[in-house]
Amino acid sequence: MNLEAVKYAASLNDWLLIFPELALAGIALLLLVAEMVLPKRLHDHIPAFGIAAQLGLLGGLISRFPQFGGEGYANFNGLLLHSYPGSILRIFFVLASILVCVLARFSFKRQRVAKIEFYHIVMISTAAMMLLAQSNHFVLFFVALETLTIGLYILVSYFRENPLTLEAGLKYLISGALSSSLLLFGIVLLYGAAGNPAADAHAVDPFNFTQIERFLTNNPGNFLASAGIVLILSGIAFKIAAFPFQIWVPDVYQGAPTPVTAFLAVSSKAAGFAVLLTLTQGVFAPYQSLVQTVIVAMAATTLIFGNIAALTQSNVKRLIGLSGVSHAGFLLLGVAAAPTVPLANGAIYFYLFAYLLASFAVFGVMTHLAPVNDTNQELDHYRGLSKTHPFLAGVLTVGLGSLAGIPPLAGFMGKFFVFVAAFQAGLYWLLALAIVGVVISIYYYFGWIRAVYFDNPSAPQEAASEDRPETPRVTVGAGVVLGALALATIVLGFYQGPLGAWLVTR
Amino acid sequence: MSNLPFDPLLVSIATPLAVALLIAFGLSERWSARLAYVGFGLPALLALHTWWHFSAQPLVHGYAFLTRYSTGLEGLGISLMLGLNGIALPLFVLAGLVGLAAGLYAIQSNAERRKTYLMLLLVMQAGLMGVFASVDVFFFYFFHELALIPTFIMVGLWGGRDRSYAAMKMTIYLTAGAMISLAGLIALYVKAGARSFDLITLRAALLERPLAETLQGNLFALLMFGFGILVSLWPFHTWAPLGYGAAPSSAAMLHAGVLKKFGLYGLIQIALPLLPAGLTHWSGPLAWLAVIGNVLIVGFVTIAQRDLKQLIGYSSVMHMGYAFLGIAAGSTLGVGGVVLMMVAHGFSVALLFLLSTSIYHRTQTFALDEMGGLGRNAPVMAAFFAAATFASVGLPGFANFWGELAIFVALWQFSPLIAALAVAGIVISAIYGLRAAARVFFGEPTEAFAKVAARQPVTDLRWSEKIPALILLAALLFVGFWPKSVSTALDAELNARAASSSAAAHVASK
Repeated sequence: MNLEAVKYAASLNDWLLIFPELALAGIALLLLVAEMVLPKRLHDHIPAFGIAAQLGLLGGLISRFPQFGGEGYANFNGLLLHSYPGSILRIFFVLASILVCVLARFSFKRQRVAKIEFYHIVMISTAAMMLLAQSNHFVLFFVALETLTIGLYILVSYFRENPLTLEAGLKYLISGALSSSLLLFGIVLLYGAAGNPAADAHAVDPFNFTQIERFLTNNPGNFLASAGIVLILSGIAFKIAAFPFQIWVPDVYQGAPTPVTAFLAVSSKAAGFAVLLTLTQGVFAPYQSLVQTVIVAMAATTLIFGNIAALTQSNVKRLIGLSGVSHAGFLLLGVAAAPTVPLANGAIYFYLFAYLLASFAVFGVMTHLAPVNDTNQELDHYRGLSKTHPFLAGVLTVGLGSLAGIPPLAGFMGKFFVFVAAFQAGLYWLLALAIVGVVISIYYYFGWIRAVYFDNPSAPQEAASEDRPETPRVTVGAGVVLGALALATIVLGFYQGPLGAWLVTR
Repeated sequence: MSNLPFDPLLVSIATPLAVALLIAFGLSERWSARLAYVGFGLPALLALHTWWHFSAQPLVHGYAFLTRYSTGLEGLGISLMLGLNGIALPLFVLAGLVGLAAGLYAIQSNAERRKTYLMLLLVMQAGLMGVFASVDVFFFYFFHELALIPTFIMVGLWGGRDRSYAAMKMTIYLTAGAMISLAGLIALYVKAGARSFDLITLRAALLERPLAETLQGNLFALLMFGFGILVSLWPFHTWAPLGYGAAPSSAAMLHAGVLKKFGLYGLIQIALPLLPAGLTHWSGPLAWLAVIGNVLIVGFVTIAQRDLKQLIGYSSVMHMGYAFLGIAAGSTLGVGGVVLMMVAHGFSVALLFLLSTSIYHRTQTFALDEMGGLGRNAPVMAAFFAAATFASVGLPGFANFWGELAIFVALWQFSPLIAALAVAGIVISAIYGLRAAARVFFGEPTEAFAKVAARQPVTDLRWSEKIPALILLAALLFVGFWPKSVSTALDAELNARAASSSAAAHVASK
């Protein structure tokens, strides 16, 4: 190969632009090194160092935002496309990663497991998600996705002494493998169709998003390509837990350690939506009628299934999992509107931020109330929480209220933006379903709040017979984090300020 | 602007919120109560101030005190825009005064966890002031929800019988209503094509190019049923008596007295001027639903009630029927009557809920069959209750009379048959109102009540109860004797509106 050509290609690789991902991976490695080098009594401080380093990274990202505007900037010969949504999502994922680490600090107090590795894997997976959200090439796309997924396999079964957790890990492994193979098969079909030299405008690099899009524009109605697109969408549907690929959700959410459940519910889902938005508005745009049919069908069924299935749950982890399915339905409503209404993109990002704040508030309270057996978190344990722990009860209420979409909380604004976008796109029936969904969801969210406030605490002898120790006192750090999440949820509902302007009206 | 150095509307919303926040951050019991006086008092004073100075204010598009604040969503056409027009003004004053009465009543009560109670009530008060001061449709909805959430919590926490069930039922019904009306408002925003939620721009855009008639009909249906559920339009009214029956007194006063008017206010302020063809399309069904369902069926159900609080709850559902009838009539007279009636009903139903709780403190029951003869020991309370009942029946001298009269006259022009049926409702309300007063205060004490009275001697109204009751009764009489205090600004607004829409129709017909 021509040395000059390689040099030229290498000169196009702007490594500085993926500094955030590299830094995150570096911090992750440092944690492992620190565990080997430092004496045992200092090990407790290693996660704190990880969190602090990520906070610094987050500050850097925010100060340089928005780094890329307009069409974005292609890097590494088109493997990556740094774009405006990519900059938003980087902040999103780092923020989520920090919060997962904080939750893990609360949750691991009662567990006897290796600790540092957990933070390491969370950070690596986060870096993978950041790359995934900016990928512009199916090879990088798949590698990033698998890095994330393999990290999650480990994390889901992290409490390996608990049979339910192991079961969850196995289920996630099997369904994840299935989804990966669907996705891979879809990519290969697209590769084959687009790379066929006999085809019109065939692609030289049939993994590259831009080239595939050009091929699809010139070959409407290609069967292989259509099949590939549907398979890829199915693979992503697993990630976002959309019907009919939500089947793993209740068991895995229940079995996984609570911080991991939060990671699955927030980061992994957001990554799925980021990818979905990139694909439906970029690569698959020429096949919009097909994509739109799939998305609309998925949105409708997801909304119905998620809300109805959540109605009868008594385990809060399952409940939050299935309510998460219904949130995927609301977000899909936005995805369905996105090709015709520019507002929808911003609406989805805003929704995701609101969802992040509210979810972590709820999960944060859950980690405090979780018994030693992390899978056993029943609605009954929350009875009378307002009398024993008014602070936790308040944070939980704000979080749940925001998830239910009640003004003046951030979740309402997210739903509102998505609804406006859906209306502008003319998706009236889907909107009607979404509204029915909101009303149904009120029942289970308020059922939870009702248990917290209106019911009396369960009898003490009953509590003593189980493996539920007294709920620990909320430490100052935990109080600050939870309070900040609740406060941000309220403030974002009143005043969207620059965030609203960035997201909604760019 | 006003002659105050600050924006009276914004301050009247922000003060209760600020006090609520202070209480949430751990103010002492004593200071909570003291600051609560400010939180409830200042909005009421400012509301009276705006009313007094309204006529001297320059009107911008019919609005006085118009201001605009940015919340970062101008791109979507959303900004916090505050102002009062002739329709909003009386309701703003209503919110201030009923809020003050409910607040005073709550401060003197010895509710469990009184701090939290006051905090929620203050949040509710802020929302109420915001609802009627908002010119922006988005914030109009937003403030309504802000006021609604504390209601649910208060019913669930301090409610009486079946509170848990009542709170859940109320929440689901009202969320359904709110979501449907939200869908209607979003639809209006998108279809108007003005990329703005503020009512002035929306109205200008729609006067210039009105929507197609079918579309207007569909949007009106969304708003009518959405707002209708919130105002307990029959057959979606079942949450109301149950919820009010269970709600603690101050919450019931604020919700039944003021917050419930949100739906009617939305129909008058938004649906009628923006969707005139929608009203023509739906006025028949709306009128029949209201007269058969709300007035007659619910009226008879009210007569059969044995529980004082439920009875007041049902009677409030019934009176909402008259409001719907006035809206269905659609004329300037009818709509003006509805606004008058909303104000009057707000004061009178709040007074009734207040008194019913005071009665409960003395009889330990709401069951009408276990009371009697309370008037002997509590003559002042009996007088107040009788006055409130007369007001709610619509006797001349009270504000309610003018509202109902205007509605009936307008209704006669709309459909004499419906008007006749509606007037029959007055008889029904006289039957249950007077019977309730008689059962509670006159006659011989029942055995059950005698036992309670023996244990705990019956006292008359204390001053802490009298003052809030006096505020409400004075307002009722004031508007009753001098309806011009409300109707001058109201008339000007409604006539201007009728003139502009007929001018638009004139342009369109050319």
